[in-house]
Amino acid sequence: MKSPVQTLLLNAALMFIAVSTLAPLLWMVSVSLMPSGESSTFPPPLLPSTATFANYHALFAREGMGLYFANSVLLACATTVFSLILNVSAAYAFAKLRFAGQQRIFGAMLAALVIPAQVAMLPLFLMLKSMGLVNSYAGVLVPGLAGIFGIFLVRQYARTLPSELIEAARMDGAGELRIFVSIIVPLLKPVLVTLAIFSFLGSWNDFMWPLIVLTDSSHYTLPVALSALSREHVQDNELMMAGAVVTVLPVLALFLALQRHYLQGLLMGSVK
Amino acid sequence: MKLQTAAWGFAAPALIVIALFFALPVLMGLALSFTDFDLYALADLGNVRFVGLDNYLHILQLPLFWKALGNTLYFVVLGVPLSIAASLLCALLLHSKLARFKGFYRTALFAPVVTTVVAVAVIWRYLFHVRYGLVNHALDQVGVAPIDWLGDPHWAMPTIVLFAVWKNFGYNMIIFIAALQSIPEDLYEAARLDGAKALQQLRYITLPMIGPTLLMVSILTMAGYFQLFAEPYVMTQGGPLQSTLSVLYLMYDEGFRWWNLGRASAVAFVLFVLMVGATKGLMWLVRKQVAV
Repeated sequence: MKSPVQTLLLNAALMFIAVSTLAPLLWMVSVSLMPSGESSTFPPPLLPSTATFANYHALFAREGMGLYFANSVLLACATTVFSLILNVSAAYAFAKLRFAGQQRIFGAMLAALVIPAQVAMLPLFLMLKSMGLVNSYAGVLVPGLAGIFGIFLVRQYARTLPSELIEAARMDGAGELRIFVSIIVPLLKPVLVTLAIFSFLGSWNDFMWPLIVLTDSSHYTLPVALSALSREHVQDNELMMAGAVVTVLPVLALFLALQRHYLQGLLMGSVK
Repeated sequence: MKLQTAAWGFAAPALIVIALFFALPVLMGLALSFTDFDLYALADLGNVRFVGLDNYLHILQLPLFWKALGNTLYFVVLGVPLSIAASLLCALLLHSKLARFKGFYRTALFAPVVTTVVAVAVIWRYLFHVRYGLVNHALDQVGVAPIDWLGDPHWAMPTIVLFAVWKNFGYNMIIFIAALQSIPEDLYEAARLDGAKALQQLRYITLPMIGPTLLMVSILTMAGYFQLFAEPYVMTQGGPLQSTLSVLYLMYDEGFRWWNLGRASAVAFVLFVLMVGATKGLMWLVRKQVAV
């Protein structure tokens, strides 16, 4: 029925789109391996004349990239841990337990989803300043500790768990915490992985808040450091591309390793 | 009751964090926008005065605010339809039975979504460099004179739109693919029996069936695009000639560069009201369309 020409055209279109989508990322890697200055010639070379890791070496030895990388890893991991503990327990309470005011609080949270985070940033900065948390890891961490979206995501999933399981455990005399830890959490595993990826990526890629709350470079995360570096070394393309690789590669690898969970979670989160 | 206490115990930590670090700051932000909180107040809280609607009135008379608003609307009006069109096109291609290597393409097209805005913005700044950029080189091959993408006030915002489309289309594409998969195959069977061509099937089956998804995706994308900040911050620093200064960038400058926190809060709330208004407007438009 369908002609081979159609098949060919469609796949050629897909190939073209995929190549154009990946081209900037591939070029980033290529330029990051070029000797200094090579990319600032015309026409721009596609591949390095000789591949070198000198730019990476310069980044870590001269520009303190190791520290920024460690900061990013630390903050992303801490955000993930806190987000898992706080959001998952709250989501369980909203999905499977009853407490006074539950419906009203849930409704309020739903309504609050439309408020952009930036509205809270100025007062939050003042609050953290009075608490002495400006320019600290805690200051960066605070807004990402718990989130309405995370609670919704896990609640959607937790609602599908059979309540009989919880009832039976209660009959057997298990405490509420025990039920949560040894029955609920293992059953939630798929959505926990999803939430963990979202939290990690969210923290790793976040820019505006760390930019605001970090005032000197010792606590900089990779995006903030890269943005500062790119203003300082406008001409040094090879160095900047190496910095971009260091920033992007870990999250790309994480996505590739766990993409099934990530994409499923994305769909779960969008079906409200 | 014991169970009630346990339930609160599970919910409370997250709720306290959200109340303390989100709800409270939002309310404080509203209060802040009615004060003249500035550098002097930062040094001594005694300097804060209640100024009523002065901040809002000041902003509305500020040419730079209207410039930033115009730029942001330009970005939204151009960027949202383009992003959604790109997402839908790729979803349709990938959904087709004729497509090969679907898993690979899905991953490849989604990859930009997970990347860090700042890092890929640095790449794009270089790609679109007037002298050394690959884009101008490619255009040169087909005889197009070099364009100063990020240095020309007319081109800077379209370049940022293009960047945003590239960075984001994969996200909605995944949602569209799921929506396309949920359309019952027999609808298309029936249409084919009635002699409907591919384009007619798209117009009379696919688009109506994914209508609700389309609306949801539009609203979410629009809300995201109103919050334009990192892209111009890294690629153009709001320039040239403030042609890429966004409302959020203005808030950042007012608040954290000039420390006019009262005025910056007013900017934030104006943006919030605009976003709610635009969402309501879009939903009203859609309802009217459906009614007709």
